[in-house]
Amino acid sequence: MSTSLPPIRSVESRRQVGVAAERPWVRWLLTAVALAFVATFLVVPLAIVFFEAFAKGPAAYVAAIIEDEALAAIRLTLVIAAIVVPLNFIFGLAAAWLLARYDFFGKSILLSLIDLPFSVSPVISGLIFVLLFGAQGWFGPFFADRGISIIFAVPGIVLATAFVTFSLVAREVLAVMQAQGSAEEEAAFILGASGPQILWHVTLPKIRWGVLYGVILCNARAMGEFGAVSVVSGHVRGQTNTMPLEVEILYNEYRFVGAFAVASLLTLLAVATLVLKKIVERTVSRQRRDAPAAGKGLALALPAPPTGAR
Amino acid sequence: MSVVVRNLSKRFGRQGEAAAAAAVSFAAPTGRITSLLGPSGSGKSTVLRLIAGLEEPDEGRIEIDGVDCTTTPARARGVGFAFQSYALFDHMTVHDNIGFGLRIRKATRAEIDAKVKELLLLVQLPGYEGRYPSQLSGGQRQRIALARALAIRPKVLLLDEPFGALDARVRVELREWLAEFQTSTGVTTILVTHDQEEAFELSEHVVLLQDGKVVQTGSPHDLYDRPATPFVASFLGGANVLRGQIRDGRADMGSFAVEGPAGAENGASVRAFVRPQDIRIEKPTDQPMANVQLARVERVTRIGGSVKLAVRLGTGESVTVQMAKTEIDGLGVELGDRVMVDLKEAKVFVEDYTI
Repeated sequence: MSTSLPPIRSVESRRQVGVAAERPWVRWLLTAVALAFVATFLVVPLAIVFFEAFAKGPAAYVAAIIEDEALAAIRLTLVIAAIVVPLNFIFGLAAAWLLARYDFFGKSILLSLIDLPFSVSPVISGLIFVLLFGAQGWFGPFFADRGISIIFAVPGIVLATAFVTFSLVAREVLAVMQAQGSAEEEAAFILGASGPQILWHVTLPKIRWGVLYGVILCNARAMGEFGAVSVVSGHVRGQTNTMPLEVEILYNEYRFVGAFAVASLLTLLAVATLVLKKIVERTVSRQRRDAPAAGKGLALALPAPPTGAR
Repeated sequence: MSVVVRNLSKRFGRQGEAAAAAAVSFAAPTGRITSLLGPSGSGKSTVLRLIAGLEEPDEGRIEIDGVDCTTTPARARGVGFAFQSYALFDHMTVHDNIGFGLRIRKATRAEIDAKVKELLLLVQLPGYEGRYPSQLSGGQRQRIALARALAIRPKVLLLDEPFGALDARVRVELREWLAEFQTSTGVTTILVTHDQEEAFELSEHVVLLQDGKVVQTGSPHDLYDRPATPFVASFLGGANVLRGQIRDGRADMGSFAVEGPAGAENGASVRAFVRPQDIRIEKPTDQPMANVQLARVERVTRIGGSVKLAVRLGTGESVTVQMAKTEIDGLGVELGDRVMVDLKEAKVFVEDYTI
């Protein structure tokens, strides 16, 4: 087999030693398997979404999206994200601040609890709120008596979505805060800054990329959540149907263009999230790399400060 | 006395764990550098943070300029603080870093600009206003951090291992710079360090801490020549330890005998701390001499101007000797030679079994 390969390749493979020196056909096979896997599970489904959405032409695609119920679903999804993301942004900052800066009794329990929404099945998350605020729930009658509906209404969807996206900002910000320590805050404190001034002038600028990263993840999850929302929404079209739920209903009604058209919007959101995430990740890791490295490099490059110590 | 600390105690975590600071008392004289010296975990940084107001003491009093400020919030204490990690605001320019305290105090733009310019001259980095911390070397960053701390005209400057993150050469340079800087500003300074050389070179007043307690206070000279405890003797100077007993008022280590501590009982166990510089090596002679032992050279390490030798005594104990390179070269001592070892000075402590 190696004789059939072009000369340059054989030079290359001869240069490889040790573990990297598999036979060529092993390399080809493994690459093929990986590519086939990626194609089957990632590329083809993604392509099919757009293929089906445009199956009856661009006009049908646009028509499916500007249909009242689809528009209502898009609007509701945006509203939910607009409520949930700021909520979890504030909560995430507060929780991360608390966990990174203070030691207190029950800290490890709180740390595990923050992760709970992420590890519980979303359907269970939805059910929790039905049990709490449903007609037969603990607090359901209290709100029902006052004419406030929570389950099968927007508040329920907000609660369920907030719950499943609970930990995303907190986790990211906590990691950044723990990595950075609190000496800068202490310096600002001694220099006379108040709590809000420290937060605004020192802490937020320090953690801004971590926060942004968490917000991007939180937003993606808030818009795409299906399980928990499905349980509490009641699927009232035009009123309590979010985009993922709308996709399901349209599909069950055999309205494939409509289903895939809405799905394509969610897909675009996912792609946009990935791109943003990648950019932010790169910025964060470059900052982390630069911070100590730049100092070290310059310390070597500028030996004694010129007018220096004298 | 500008900073006075009385019976300061602080305990982290649960009861029963060792206190980070246990009844620490000392006074830092006005206009001078006082060093808090000790190994890591001795509580020196905790004491500094208590003085700054970054931690609250469990007990004790802190006075700055004669005013009790134990419960005063950090920002009202009038202290400047420099961290080992510099703690500069990375997203701000040097100008904004130094001006931060003034901006918080609502100073005008012109006032801030003037002050920043003045301080940059003082730390010998004029024209650096527009740079970011990431564009500076470690030594430059720490000088900017000092300028930032001084911008609010503190009564006391607190330095927490300020040169700990720098390499040895820069550290020595900055140490000399800090000595001049402090003399020119005259601000009362408390320096936390684990580096004996740094403490001795920068301050006339050293507070030595161990396990959260002050073990000795005094000038470098006092500490070095009259160590109060075996810990002080071994911490200052990497001493050899020889064990022995009191016989007729003298401490007899088998190999050597020196004057015993006053009032020591006959037969009491003693430990003698002997610095490598306090032992001399000579060529063997036939004449009997007091306090001179025959030994064999087992290791020779040349470190620049001085030479370290490990010699094995007749009693089987090994001691480290440090002498000037010129002296060793004059004697022509080589590995494996038999030499005479002459003990110049030893600090003797009666063993305390009630630890």
